[in-house]
Amino acid sequence: MELLNHLAVGFGVALTPINLLYALVGSVLGTLIGVLPGIGPVATIAMLLPTTYALQPVSALIMLAGIYYGAQYGGSTTSILLNMPGETSSAVTCLDGYQMARKGQAGAALAIAALGSFFAGTVATIMVATVAIPLSAVALKFGPAEYFSLMVLGLIGAVVLAHGSLLKAIGMIILGLLLGIVGTDVNSGLARFAFGVPELTDGLGVVSVAMGLFGFAEIITNLESVEKREILTSKVTGLWINKAQFKAAWPAVLRGTGLGSVLGLLPGGGAMLASFASYAVEKKIATDPSMFGKGAIQGVAGPESANNAGAQSSFIPLLTLGIPENAVMALMVGAMTIHNIQPGPQVMTSNPSLFWGLIASMWVGNLMLVVLNLPMIGIWIKLLQVPYRVLYPAILLFCSIGVYTINNTSFDVMQTAAFGFLGVLFVKLEFEPAPLLLGFVLGPMMEENLRRAMLLSRGDPTVFLTRPISLTMLLMAVALLLLIALPNIRKTREVAFQEEQ
Amino acid sequence: MRGIKSPKDFYGGLLLAGFGAFALFFARLYPLGTAARMGPGYFPRMLGILLVVIGAVLMLRSLRLRGSPLPRWPWRPTVVILASVVVFGAIVSYVGLALSTIVLILMASAASHEFRPKEAVVSAIGLAILAVGVFIVGLGLQLSIWPTFS
Repeated sequence: MELLNHLAVGFGVALTPINLLYALVGSVLGTLIGVLPGIGPVATIAMLLPTTYALQPVSALIMLAGIYYGAQYGGSTTSILLNMPGETSSAVTCLDGYQMARKGQAGAALAIAALGSFFAGTVATIMVATVAIPLSAVALKFGPAEYFSLMVLGLIGAVVLAHGSLLKAIGMIILGLLLGIVGTDVNSGLARFAFGVPELTDGLGVVSVAMGLFGFAEIITNLESVEKREILTSKVTGLWINKAQFKAAWPAVLRGTGLGSVLGLLPGGGAMLASFASYAVEKKIATDPSMFGKGAIQGVAGPESANNAGAQSSFIPLLTLGIPENAVMALMVGAMTIHNIQPGPQVMTSNPSLFWGLIASMWVGNLMLVVLNLPMIGIWIKLLQVPYRVLYPAILLFCSIGVYTINNTSFDVMQTAAFGFLGVLFVKLEFEPAPLLLGFVLGPMMEENLRRAMLLSRGDPTVFLTRPISLTMLLMAVALLLLIALPNIRKTREVAFQEEQ
Repeated sequence: MRGIKSPKDFYGGLLLAGFGAFALFFARLYPLGTAARMGPGYFPRMLGILLVVIGAVLMLRSLRLRGSPLPRWPWRPTVVILASVVVFGAIVSYVGLALSTIVLILMASAASHEFRPKEAVVSAIGLAILAVGVFIVGLGLQLSIWPTFS
């Protein structure tokens, strides 16, 4: 019953006109960038972060969260109609969604993607609400040693589930941690790595880092290849599913939702991992796997439900433990810090209206998306006809204005350009930028907890091994590393990620 | 260089080790403290050492493990895109949002193989109007529209 009271508080906040408006703005913007290939939620959230300064913290977070799950709705439209992922998390939807569209079932594919997403969003919202209380209760008992080990586990987990070289990903985390501690040290007041530049004493901006590495670098690498877009149908008719399709699709929706909700909880998880895993599961358990790739509705229903569930449940570790598990959540940490909210278990008790308001708004936003999205598909199709050569300068402009207005200094713009260059370098050398961003936002917290833990233990580093919770988490991190080093598992991991190509 | 079988790993390792060495060089100036009372130099030095080690392992490994060759660097987009952003940042406070938007859009559009001057001009003017409308009129950001002479 306590849960119902909390949710009542949450809906009280989420249903105020101003917050409804920001949920709508966030979800529609999210859908928009989800539809458009070449710009993802990380760059968009970075772009809009500066405009949220003036807002109430809860409105700001509601809008930014809307972008992430809105993008999951939008991504499917492009995958189905264009055979090209609007978002990486909708990449697998291309396989069967586009085939359905070719058979004239585009309407059914779009409808099941939206309805499945809504169902998944509803379940995931309830899950966030139920899991949050016990998890933060546990987290409140954590001391600095436990927190340090939790961050180690979170960071290691994030790289194990990411693809690419493990060693490179760990290198990126360390580099991120190092970049994160640039600026004034809270304990001694000493400006580290500032080199006498006054702007650097406040540290590097999370917006600059994210926008450079994700936004600018992506535009530059996209410009290398010549664009080819072909819209299958400019008019989608019959946006509904028939009985047979419904019967085939609903078990896949259920499985996708379950899988997505669980995978969203894991470090490194979130929307993308969830959708790939769901597709693999659907294909494996299907009575006729040969249907996959030829327009199987399960191949749309499962992954599209899973990515939305994953997007939402990835908020759980952030809201309850204060640990971001993917690049989008890292930016949410940035957004909370801007509004002077320290992410972690205390948010729920110290700021209940923000906490429950954000959760309730997710369900409200999902409802808006399912109602608005289907009728708006005509508009999205029109938008897809805008060529990239017109689109990218506009994206660049909004990024530049966004980053300039953080402090009204050109220094921030230059800094972002520098990270853009670094971002291209990373792409070319096959380094994933997401672990760097995670390290970047965790850097100061990690140092602080390390210092405190060592102070409490009087300089004895075994404190991390003698406290049982801390030890368990470190052992889990080691186990994850060993797991990935074993050739057997590495092989299946490669296979799983090959579906992406 | 001969003997490098995986150039991406080699130069990637060099990059990481370089960052690590850079951090170690400057962290020297910050008090180290003790394990119980860590100074501002403790954590950076730890990270610097880790980065150098990881970078070195990557470089050594690249001599044994075969990897794909270095890709071509997209010079034109890199230079043009980043230059357009830097120019925008440098001039926006002097010439106002409208003109700096036009400069950014025209410059950035030229980075594409499919650059069409006329289309870029139309889009630059349209976006300048939109940007002023959204950011200055709508969101009330502290930016001037036109050049200020002070």
